[in-house]
Amino acid sequence: MSSPALDLRASKGGGETGFRGLALAAGAFVLVILGAIAIVTTSKAWPTFRLMGLDFFTTKRWSAIDHIYGATAFIFGTIVSSIIALLLAVPVSIGIALFTTQIVPAKFRKPVTYAVDLLAVIPSVVFGLWGISVLAPKMDGFYKLLNRTFDGIPLLNKLFGPSAGGKSFFTAGIILALMITPIISSLSREIVDTCPPGEREGALALGATQWEMIRGVVIPHSKGGLVGAIMLGLGRAMGETIAATLVIGSSPQITADLFGAGNSMPAFIASQWGEADTPTKSALIALAVTLFLITLVVNIVATRTVARSQLRSAGGR
Amino acid sequence: MATASIALRDSAEPLALAAQGGWRSIKNRMMSGLLFVSFLVVMVPLLFVLMAVVSRGAKVMGWSFLTKDIAPIERRPGGGVGPAIVGTLVVTGLATLLATPLGIMGAVFLNEYSAKGVFGRIVRFMANVMTGVPSVVMGLFIYVIFTLTFKQRGVGGSLALACLMLPIIIRTTEEMLKLVPNYLREASLALGTSKARTIVTVVLPAALPGIISGALLAVARAAGETAPLLFTIGAAKSLQINPFADEAMTALPLQIYSNASSSFPAAQARGWGAALTLLLLSFLFTLIARLVSARFATKR
Repeated sequence: MSSPALDLRASKGGGETGFRGLALAAGAFVLVILGAIAIVTTSKAWPTFRLMGLDFFTTKRWSAIDHIYGATAFIFGTIVSSIIALLLAVPVSIGIALFTTQIVPAKFRKPVTYAVDLLAVIPSVVFGLWGISVLAPKMDGFYKLLNRTFDGIPLLNKLFGPSAGGKSFFTAGIILALMITPIISSLSREIVDTCPPGEREGALALGATQWEMIRGVVIPHSKGGLVGAIMLGLGRAMGETIAATLVIGSSPQITADLFGAGNSMPAFIASQWGEADTPTKSALIALAVTLFLITLVVNIVATRTVARSQLRSAGGR
Repeated sequence: MATASIALRDSAEPLALAAQGGWRSIKNRMMSGLLFVSFLVVMVPLLFVLMAVVSRGAKVMGWSFLTKDIAPIERRPGGGVGPAIVGTLVVTGLATLLATPLGIMGAVFLNEYSAKGVFGRIVRFMANVMTGVPSVVMGLFIYVIFTLTFKQRGVGGSLALACLMLPIIIRTTEEMLKLVPNYLREASLALGTSKARTIVTVVLPAALPGIISGALLAVARAAGETAPLLFTIGAAKSLQINPFADEAMTALPLQIYSNASSSFPAAQARGWGAALTLLLLSFLFTLIARLVSARFATKR
């Protein structure tokens, strides 16, 4: 490496190959870690998959004493809380992305973006703490009110069932929504920003109002990318652990009652790990493998969708 | 191009352009207002959370809270988060030492060696996918592959955090390397410098401010992670500095978690105190990130 600058042959020296190899190894390490996660966790979970077979995914009961491990209630809780989170977060996040890119005057754009990104700096466990001691008690009264109001109306009286002290699927959904909003909105902002200014200005020049321009040009242009951003948010919501553990209520039940207590895969793993015996630990790892696979599929599809839409707008359409 | 997308709209009245104050203009105002409301909807809970942390955390905050050991009896007031602050700094620091060089080298590979290559594209894709691996899965993975055999509690926590930081650092560093103008590389290569040397002495220094601030943001994120530490570093009540020992350590997020699930008011007060400490620490990292990048930026 101490070659003088004019020694041109030095560019094929050992330092060069070594550095290249080092960089290659660092890049390949990402693949190694992902592969190792899949292999190592699956091998530890194998006793449970052998014991339960495919029943692992369809059994509702989880009893460490009887060595019956069923994941259905936890998969249900994960999906329900994540869907609530998406329903709350998606309109707001895309609204924020459109607001910051299209509506806000240029000089306020940065402060507004910083303010939204501040949400991402707050650790998950702090949201959990706020959820359990501030939000849940407040929501309890609100849930009871909704329950009384819709009592007797079919379907709605099932969804808005009795409140279990405020810790519920819905409370977990609210906290998760707060946590995925900065992710979805910052991704959407990037996607919406790739809309060519020529097309936007063309729409305005033809007499379209700001909103008509957004609806007619910006949204159709960004549709694919936005779907990808939403799916990345879904992946995050499903894997979010600590905040969900604190506010979801820790009771594995399959119910239509959004205000009832439930449990999700990551929350159950985190709360049970401390006192689990060896077979139960294997079952909890099996739950983690399930979670890993689901989020992996969601993330791969989402990343592909986003990359494709970016490729399309980079190619100038 | 633009006319095509306009023609698709159904409600447009092309000739009513001068109709200020008509239905179209009202609708425009309403929708703009709605977009603004969506921003407010998020700001309100953000302010509530921050205010709750500051006002409730301030009640226990003080020098003794920052330095004392963890309270031995949960329901009594007193005690502090000294060991947790040290644990967070040690574990996150070690994770940074592991993840930063690896992440930077990975990004160098992606941007300088295999920007368009097939393998580079696979790695870039998988690094993006890796940012979405749930932290609880990462924690269990490190527990199985490392903590079970090596028993070094602190190192296990650091490894889990490093795995979470790695893809973030790769991503931000690659973005920064992309911004380095090509003529710098060409000028250096034209002088006969080898490619490796060009990267180390020209490309990386040019991108350094961005790389450092990206890494510090990853540090701030990792410092707030709870789930990976749950399986690895245990729950100590007294000071434990050495991450290589088979002794439980503790960290601020773990203290917030255990106190949040407690029903005793004294424990909850300590939880808010720990939350305020953690937030201040994260903001400190973010602030340093901004200062560092500003300082380097003016130097060049």
